[in-house]
Amino acid sequence: MTQQTQAAASNANAKNPVLEVKDLSVSYGKVEALTNASITVGEGQIVTVIGPNGAGKTTMLSAIMGVLGSKGQVAFDGSLEVVPEVERMVARGMNLVPEKRELFGEMSVEDNLILGAFQRYRMGKRGHVQTLEEVYALFPRLKERRDQHAGTMSGGERQMLAVGRALMAKPKLLMLDEPSLGLAPLIVREIFRIIGELRRRGVSILLVEQNARAALQVADYAYVLETGQIAMQGPAHELADDPRVIEAYLGFGGKHQAMLST
Amino acid sequence: MDMSIALILGQDGITNGAIYALLALALVLVFAVTRVIFIQQGEFVAYGALTLAMMQSGALPATVWLLVVMGVLVTALDGAKALKAGQGRRAAAVAGWNLAYPLALAGLLSVLPANTLPLALQVILTLAIVVPMGPMMYRLMYQPIASAPVLILLIVSVALHITMVGLGLLFFGAEGQRTPAFSDASFELGPLMVTGQTIWVLVVSVLLIVALYQFFERTLYGKALRATAINRVGAQLMGISPALAGKLTFFLAAFIGALSGVLIAPITTIYYDTGFLIGLKGFVAAIIGGLASYPLAALGALVVGLLEAFASFWASAYKEVIVFTLIIPVLLWRSLTSRHVEEEE
Repeated sequence: MTQQTQAAASNANAKNPVLEVKDLSVSYGKVEALTNASITVGEGQIVTVIGPNGAGKTTMLSAIMGVLGSKGQVAFDGSLEVVPEVERMVARGMNLVPEKRELFGEMSVEDNLILGAFQRYRMGKRGHVQTLEEVYALFPRLKERRDQHAGTMSGGERQMLAVGRALMAKPKLLMLDEPSLGLAPLIVREIFRIIGELRRRGVSILLVEQNARAALQVADYAYVLETGQIAMQGPAHELADDPRVIEAYLGFGGKHQAMLST
Repeated sequence: MDMSIALILGQDGITNGAIYALLALALVLVFAVTRVIFIQQGEFVAYGALTLAMMQSGALPATVWLLVVMGVLVTALDGAKALKAGQGRRAAAVAGWNLAYPLALAGLLSVLPANTLPLALQVILTLAIVVPMGPMMYRLMYQPIASAPVLILLIVSVALHITMVGLGLLFFGAEGQRTPAFSDASFELGPLMVTGQTIWVLVVSVLLIVALYQFFERTLYGKALRATAINRVGAQLMGISPALAGKLTFFLAAFIGALSGVLIAPITTIYYDTGFLIGLKGFVAAIIGGLASYPLAALGALVVGLLEAFASFWASAYKEVIVFTLIIPVLLWRSLTSRHVEEEE
């Protein structure tokens, strides 16, 4: 992809960008895992980053969140973070649902959810009881299992709990790392339905996925990350028709389409 | 041995066991949340006891100056960082807790006729001096290396232990101290004479254990500490910073240590280096609980206390040896029965 098309293809639809990342680079020792990546997420948008295993997708999310040290600029909700710091990012309304879920296995479902509102509570904002009810309304399954230990739940329920826990913080930007990984097709469809529902509620979403087909279907804008660099970008429906994307990520046309239609 | 001796030994054992239980719980907590092996727990016991004794002797407790020095260092580090980031209010809060508070306390103590105050106030002042050293110690010594391997953290703990013992000698001198009992009451229970101090120790220990349980089960901050112990990454993503969890944990551990010291000061003569042996016995109990189980650690503490009491009757020269030898069969049993647990996902 040439420089010219890349410039022309920047995420111009993003009015009032919630997240603007410029030239973000991360190195593990001498190995550069992410090189000058720039992405934008507009308010109320679903933006997806697709790419093969090891392309640096998780690294990018960790760096934006401040879990990993990085070089570059991260502007969130109108102000620049010189060095993103996790607690500060959470307090300002950014939440990451990590690939490994990272639940509190020996604690109850409800305690897991309540801890999701830790920063809000700390800043003196109450009202997490109401948020808890909203999350239960979104995931009735979690309400049924509220007293069960998180570690004893199925993969799908755990993913729902991880998303629900992040929602307890009332995020402006929700970052989801491989939310469909290792889940049954039915659950994957449910997860993507909820992602769509969250957008309707005004949450901006940055979605990292290997399931490119489902991601491109739900997203407004998409980036393709390959070996630590943004290789392609464009409106999701355009990328879904791009022959290179089809060949590399979507495989044989439309074979699994039915499964993921919502 | 007849029944009455057994009862007396049992009472001694349970009293000491209650203290070891408190210390063991603190050790398990500190290790679970921060992975630090809290060797210097015993020094907090000694500092608590000796600070109270020094206050009662009419002198200004020298520990308050240690608090001032630590506070100045914390203020210099965190205050400067907050100012650099343009967070004026945060800088003011840092200076308030770490600079103004110790200085105000030192000023208060130098004016107050502390030795004439009621005992309850003296105890509160003692805790007010010793307990804040816990979070400050975490901030200064452990927070910069929070993700270091357990062995490095252990080395730092050993260094701090040695430093604190040395400072203890400087502050309190080589003389042992014993403080007056909280109450002179005593009760006869059949052949058994139960002193008021024994009852104080038992009641306070039980109350503290109940309070800790409630704290971890019911409050958000308690849950946050448990969450950090279970999954550090997950907790961090919820905005529970490891630094906050570490400081809160060290606050609790220092509180438990200093309060234990205050409680046993009327029962045993405390020297500047007595804390180490007491802390080690708490450690044996914590090991019985695998540094992970609170109930097992508390139970282990009672076993340690009773074993120590009876050993001191039968073979008093060997009582420490017998208690510490207990750790060998426990470790053997643990290594034979424990399975390697796969990490979740």
